[in-house]
Amino acid sequence: MRVPPVVAEKIARGLLMLACASAVAVLLFVIGFVMWGGFRHLSWGFLTQPILDMGREGGILPAIVGTLLMVLVAVGIAGPLGVASAIYLAEYTVEGRLTQTIRFGINCLAGVPSIIFGLFGFILFVVMLGFGWSILSGGLSLSAMVLPTIIRTSEEAIRSVPRPFRDVAASLGATRWQTVRRSVLPYALPGILTGVILGIGRSIEDTAVVLFTAGSAVGMPRSLFDSARTMSAHFYILAREGISNDKAYATAAVLICTILVINISAYGIMHRMMRGRRAPSRSARGPAG
Amino acid sequence: MTEALRVKIEIRDLRAGFAGKEALKGLSLDVLEHEILTVIGPANSGKSTLLQAINRMMDRIPGATVEGSIRLDGRDVRSFDAVEELRRRIGMVFAVPVPLPMSIRENLLFGPLLRRRLRGDEADRLVEKSLRAAFLWDEVKDRLDLSALRLSGGQQQRLCLARTLAVEPDVIMLDEPCSGLDPISTAQVEEALRELKSERTIILVTNNTKQAARVGDRTAFLLMGELIEVDTTERIFTKPSKPQTEDYVTGRFG
Repeated sequence: MRVPPVVAEKIARGLLMLACASAVAVLLFVIGFVMWGGFRHLSWGFLTQPILDMGREGGILPAIVGTLLMVLVAVGIAGPLGVASAIYLAEYTVEGRLTQTIRFGINCLAGVPSIIFGLFGFILFVVMLGFGWSILSGGLSLSAMVLPTIIRTSEEAIRSVPRPFRDVAASLGATRWQTVRRSVLPYALPGILTGVILGIGRSIEDTAVVLFTAGSAVGMPRSLFDSARTMSAHFYILAREGISNDKAYATAAVLICTILVINISAYGIMHRMMRGRRAPSRSARGPAG
Repeated sequence: MTEALRVKIEIRDLRAGFAGKEALKGLSLDVLEHEILTVIGPANSGKSTLLQAINRMMDRIPGATVEGSIRLDGRDVRSFDAVEELRRRIGMVFAVPVPLPMSIRENLLFGPLLRRRLRGDEADRLVEKSLRAAFLWDEVKDRLDLSALRLSGGQQQRLCLARTLAVEPDVIMLDEPCSGLDPISTAQVEEALRELKSERTIILVTNNTKQAARVGDRTAFLLMGELIEVDTTERIFTKPSKPQTEDYVTGRFG
């Protein structure tokens, strides 16, 4: 028996819409749940006060600072390193067994659970290199964790730049590096930035790595060699050890807002950079010839 | 064609292929200074491969091979240590216009700025000169900071020609530059080419035999990777010496 195409079309559209709606609903429910629990306990003081009595009282300022510093170290290292690796893989190598192996390795690394990176960072940075439990150890371990993600998304972004852009630059006498820098990268920038944003997101949300490598000091960090906790770690400790559910929810609310702010501003920057660079849509087209 | 013209590019026994598949099978051809040489032939006759071998764009394709000799002003193109220098002397315009995603002005200065800084009003003069030579100046002079992507197809292709001219190459190769253009834009490009040959040497690959007849000084006919014949455009289109050429130009095949 054959379903008439018109009916199949209706069924398909209905099912697809349902799938999409349930995905959005789950997301909204999670965010709504946390926000509802968190916002009641949010106050200006919560954002600006030190952590008191292990988190039962006071605010989360040290955790906010710790989060920002660790993410900065992580992305500051993994960003340039990852983009450079991606450029090398995409533009400077001929596809072969070696590059396939490298890519396979990167993909595997991207799937390794973060607690493994935590253990790795603990052994290498905390113990062997003697950085101790510190923002530096935490940041470095996080950078190792997000590096594969950044390489993978950047490489895809670079590969998706149409070949003629490279041909044109080469035909005008550009060296390979000039071609990459002036013709390919500007075009690939939004995709690369998306990868970096993903990296930022993963660094912020992670708890396993930072608990292993940055410790969980509640004081305000004074240097990169101080131990500190991130908001995620703070939330984990508050909730896990039953210290304060209210403060835990409030921390989660701040965490979600932070991620939101970072995403929105990153896309804002991207939009500004790309203004006038992409082909305009047909309707937006001016009175050109 | 009475005056003796100097040979600009000398091609001898050129064989070229991709991954073992031969695209050019021993081709010898001279390109004369200040001429428009049109290259015609059906698909897969090796026209584009010929161009890519001349400015060594073939180097960028994995598995591509080139044998034989190509000399620019007597110098083997493979003896250029920096292939970029060769490509600045032999510019290229592609079939599909590819404006870079930046302003008209930035597109034009892309090539010159790769090599050096431009001083004072040098950049402005270069932009105007190139755009005038490509018959585009009057249409865009008031909006040089507009994104090049906002231009029409015909304007984009003339922009690409102007961009190539801004590098001031001796030779300009065009690979079916008008295949996607309307007749008016095509006429403008052809007009520009006729003006340009007083200063430069032009190789025009075209699928359009009428275009070859309109603008070519000499015409080369390629078939299946071989040069069937090359002669003045008039002879090729009136009394060619080979039957294949006659069949092609009269539209019996291709």
